[in-house]
Amino acid sequence: MSFQRTQEKLKILADAAKYDVSCSSSGSKRANTNKGLGDATGMGICHSYTEDGRCVSLLKILLTNHCIFDCAYCVTRKSNDVKRAAFKVQEVVDLTINFYRRNYIEGLFLSSGIFKSADYTMERLVAVAKKLRLEENFNGYIHLKSIPGASDELMREAGLYADRLSVNIEIPTEAGLKKLAPDKKREDFIKPMLKVKNEIIQYNTEKKIIKSTPKFAPAGQSTQMIIGASGENDFQIMQTSNHFYKSYNLKRVYYSGYVPISYDDRLPQIGSAVPMLRENRLYQTDWLMRFYGFDVSEILNEQHQNLDLDVDPKLSWALRNLHEFPVDVNTADQRMLARIPGLGMKSVFKIINARRFRKLNWEHLKKIGVALNRAQYFMVCDSNQFEKRDLTSEKIKGLILQNSTSKYQKMLSNQLSLFG
Amino acid sequence: MQAKNLIYDGTFDGFLTTIFYVFEHKLKTVTIQNEFTVQQGLFSDNESILTDEVKANRVWKGIKSKLSSHGSYQLYYAFLSEDIGVEDLLLDYIQYAFSQQKKVDKDFSHPSILKIAQIAKSVGREKHRMEAFVRFRLTKDDIYFSNIEPDFNVLPLIEKHFKRRYADQKWVIYDIKRGYGLFYDLETVELINMDFPENFNFTKTDDAFFATQEFEFQKLWQDYFKATNIASRKNMKLHIRHVPKRYWKYLSEKQPN
Repeated sequence: MSFQRTQEKLKILADAAKYDVSCSSSGSKRANTNKGLGDATGMGICHSYTEDGRCVSLLKILLTNHCIFDCAYCVTRKSNDVKRAAFKVQEVVDLTINFYRRNYIEGLFLSSGIFKSADYTMERLVAVAKKLRLEENFNGYIHLKSIPGASDELMREAGLYADRLSVNIEIPTEAGLKKLAPDKKREDFIKPMLKVKNEIIQYNTEKKIIKSTPKFAPAGQSTQMIIGASGENDFQIMQTSNHFYKSYNLKRVYYSGYVPISYDDRLPQIGSAVPMLRENRLYQTDWLMRFYGFDVSEILNEQHQNLDLDVDPKLSWALRNLHEFPVDVNTADQRMLARIPGLGMKSVFKIINARRFRKLNWEHLKKIGVALNRAQYFMVCDSNQFEKRDLTSEKIKGLILQNSTSKYQKMLSNQLSLFG
Repeated sequence: MQAKNLIYDGTFDGFLTTIFYVFEHKLKTVTIQNEFTVQQGLFSDNESILTDEVKANRVWKGIKSKLSSHGSYQLYYAFLSEDIGVEDLLLDYIQYAFSQQKKVDKDFSHPSILKIAQIAKSVGREKHRMEAFVRFRLTKDDIYFSNIEPDFNVLPLIEKHFKRRYADQKWVIYDIKRGYGLFYDLETVELINMDFPENFNFTKTDDAFFATQEFEFQKLWQDYFKATNIASRKNMKLHIRHVPKRYWKYLSEKQPN
């Protein structure tokens, strides 16, 4: 491996791959049984964090940034004047193994621009994974990109070596896709996703009968949508997301605030801010759907098409549904506890266990870690102190925002009250 | 009554033997201290406890029968925190556990239970961090070497993880704060003490000790770390929350070029 050439390629092809936000390395069940290298049974590990605060878990690179497509939102689009490079299969294998041995990474996330054809590209990606598994005895995590339009045979082979497969739908609506990526069709994204979904279902059935059935993409499938590039509202985005979770059994949908990379007038211009807060609110909604027992239509619907930016989506839902509150933390079921603003699932779990021993009061809840500044308006506990005023939603929201704008505000007002 | 001050050798077995002693003598007012961190109370009555594996095992078995498996490993995690006074907290926890019929490890409104759960959580976080932040460097004699300085004594907790993962390479993880390490020789993991040359600098990769290719891979890793960052999303506050500054000195990607 020539150091200088590899170094140059790595800079180009890591830079081009960074807009893919997935870094997950959890959820696989690949144990080190052959006294080889690596083990992917545990939870994911972030070995470092970039200065933008994102997890570095995998060596995330493109095999090449040569591409025959011209999608407006993509930095490697054909018409973009950037340096192009391509890794050899062996180079990617060497980098992965040597980074892994030094405990830099959990594994490889390999994507690629599409050169020649979908199948030609997919074949190269599969070749890397195959070499890592069969020749290097590598049991670390491998995430391969499913190339839109790749054949079923190749997708099947990919699933035998990879832990996760993903295909990014990127644009939440078909109309948006037509505008920004006229060469691409929704069906091309769906095809490999559907094949992988069916293979996973088949694997799960066969596994019950024959234990030695070779693993198929044990960490499942994921996808990504770009936020703020094509004018969709949050309702449309989360409906699409919900559809993909339900119909394709996806493990994750990622939301990626659009980072302007082009002067194309169909897109936000270079220099405009990345919608990071909006992205965060979408992730919170995603969590409410997957872990907190909310249906997406409770949070976003025809009447309420965009998430509030100033408060989190659970608080926003609670403010619109005050008739559900207050909840008694000493008697409520898990479902209702999880709906109290300021209570995460860990607090819910602690409350359910702790209240078996004694009734909980404010002091207990505070020590357990409940965010009382939000939660206090929505619950009662073993105390005769609770919010007795009949507050409106606006009033509650005002009080919460007032008490959470600055950590130092409270200290300041306490000091002042000494002289009051 | 005068407070009894029990001093043990700092090992987990030593601590458990001390618990045995407390129960055996039905002591009421008692503090437990590690012999390395003993603080002399003016009027305290000191007593050194001799570690006894049989007694320790009996206590451990008893604890396990009074707690869920999660509870007993939380207790061990909290012990490894080496926090000043953690022994007294653990004693309170154990006495409470033995006094109740029910398993108490999820009684989160009990002060000692909650406190131990919180300490165990910090130790667990440090364990996870070490699994992430260990950076192996290949030495000239083909051993992947790493030095760490964890806040808590987590080497016993990370051994299994590294053994399973790096089954086909020799490695050392050395805790320079506590002066001992783990060495895997392709078969088993052993505890080792090492003498380092006087001029050995733990933050530098010196070509007298490390393989030539080591420099290239560190450079590639640093380049990768820079290239994968999105400058327009810069958020140093978040970055530092995830990678606190005290860990930077041994992270190759955080070294100045």
